[in-house]
Amino acid sequence: MSFIFKTAAEMSVALQAKEISAVDLANEHFDRIAKVDDDVHAFLYLDKEGALEQAKSVDAKRAAGEKLSPLAGVPLALKDVMVQRGIPTTCGSKILENWRPPYDATVVTRLKEAGIVILGKTNMDEFAMGSSTENSAYGPTHNPWDLSRIPGGSGGGSSASLAAFEAPLAIGTDTGGSIRQPAAVTGTVGVKPTYGAVSRYGLVAFSSSLDQAGPCARTVLDTAMLHEVIAGHDPKDSSSIHAPVPAVVSAAKKLDVKGMKIGVVKELSGDGFQKGVSERFNEALEELVKAGAEIVEVSCPNFEYALAAYYLIAPSEASSNLARFDSMRYGLRVGDDGKRGAEEVMSLTRQAGFGKEVKRRIILGTYALSSGYYDAYYGSAQKVRTLIMRDYEAAFTKADVLVSPTAPTTAFKIGEKANDPVAMYLNDIATIPVNMAGIGGMSLPCGLASEDNLPVGFQIMAPAMQDDLMYQVGGTLEAALNSKWGAPLMSLAPALGGK
Amino acid sequence: MAAISREEVAHLARLARIEMSSDELDHLASEMDQILHAVDRIQEAASADVPPTSHPLPLKNVVRPDVVLPSLTFEEALSGAPDSDEQRFKVPQILGDAG
Repeated sequence: MSFIFKTAAEMSVALQAKEISAVDLANEHFDRIAKVDDDVHAFLYLDKEGALEQAKSVDAKRAAGEKLSPLAGVPLALKDVMVQRGIPTTCGSKILENWRPPYDATVVTRLKEAGIVILGKTNMDEFAMGSSTENSAYGPTHNPWDLSRIPGGSGGGSSASLAAFEAPLAIGTDTGGSIRQPAAVTGTVGVKPTYGAVSRYGLVAFSSSLDQAGPCARTVLDTAMLHEVIAGHDPKDSSSIHAPVPAVVSAAKKLDVKGMKIGVVKELSGDGFQKGVSERFNEALEELVKAGAEIVEVSCPNFEYALAAYYLIAPSEASSNLARFDSMRYGLRVGDDGKRGAEEVMSLTRQAGFGKEVKRRIILGTYALSSGYYDAYYGSAQKVRTLIMRDYEAAFTKADVLVSPTAPTTAFKIGEKANDPVAMYLNDIATIPVNMAGIGGMSLPCGLASEDNLPVGFQIMAPAMQDDLMYQVGGTLEAALNSKWGAPLMSLAPALGGK
Repeated sequence: MAAISREEVAHLARLARIEMSSDELDHLASEMDQILHAVDRIQEAASADVPPTSHPLPLKNVVRPDVVLPSLTFEEALSGAPDSDEQRFKVPQILGDAG
């Protein structure tokens, strides 16, 4: 059997045992990408040359007996919002088409130092604004479970690359659910760590107080292994946490939740949640009870305002962050005929370079921050943020972790919600509170919905700085479900024929 | 509070330095109306005594030692510039009347 269907942990063992070289493993993945990515469109750019060079260097070091990181030689797909030196970084936008960053993000530096082989850059909603990857200026990504459906967003390229076995590891970023919701709808695992756990240096900013990069993979253990590579303090990011990274790999291997209290958030269920999603979620809870956990119900009454607060705070910060795309120092410049002034060129460039959703959010943010409306909108949203944090504080006195379905529905059809921004925003209803409070959140698969046979995500939320708890609960649940099903959920994913 | 006029959207687009066609303005005005309607109830959520939160971490004045470290060369810094001249970014006219 080809190595591409193995987990990253298994690939790591095979590489160490010299059953396969890093170069061969990278080539197997490039072959797979060549076979299926015309259908899936997970990647915007492939860096075959750089990947094979890195793989070759890992093989040489291994042959020389050097001590290597556990993931050395394992391939990875990088969301196109992370800058990588010399490699086109577009953020899914025309305004950055053909831009090649002159430096590496800290996450990229750490991946390279760990010997991880970066295959290429993955598709995303423009500037990470969206829940379907339909907002990419370079066309949508297709869900490997059903090519007519969305792979989630904004990190749909990363989640689809995992579900299509084009890469065993991926990097995502999560501002309101952009790691967890794509994981949920593709049957993969994604973690948004505690805010500040992973450096934002070199992550193109959307909403700075909410943005957080994190690991994605097909298993909880693989996700934990990647987490330990990318997390940790970085002096280049002033909001980076100055504390040791929790031992997430050993937590993922614990497989024990005896005596743990698991809080079901009352407000993240019921109306608006698809029947098959609720069914699979409740069955997963039963597995946790069998494993010795105690289920308690908690109430977070202010969560009902989280979505509204998010759609004021995130656009407000975005309207400021995206002011840097001004056509002066990098990226697109339109209409510079030697006669027009800088402001006119700037306005024409931003008209041509930004897509619909990005313009919508910049205008919304500009409105929410403008005098006369600031207190009513941005000010109120910041207060709601306080109330959400208080809800979590109270809930975590009753439970060690909190749980909910990750997304209210399974993957919808491409185009189905494209013309209804408010309906699209509802996809993030269960993931947004985590970002507002800066705590950690994980999504892992808990089965297929009965109506449509599509993956359902189970969300675990842990207090800030205690990301290990999500891995402990997630690892235990994954093992229980795999033993119940007889095989991981991904083994049911349709074979992709490709060209 | 919702209900936003086409003129207001045009003003916001000017503030945000985004040129917009007449069609774009029409479309956006109606969408903004829907979105503002959906977020409007935020105002009833919090009373005046709730302090605002701008950031999830209690950080203040994070500084690092003032040490010169290697940084980008002129060539690297200008590598993505739409236009450059004599190790500087070259931009369209910024003062006075254009043209």
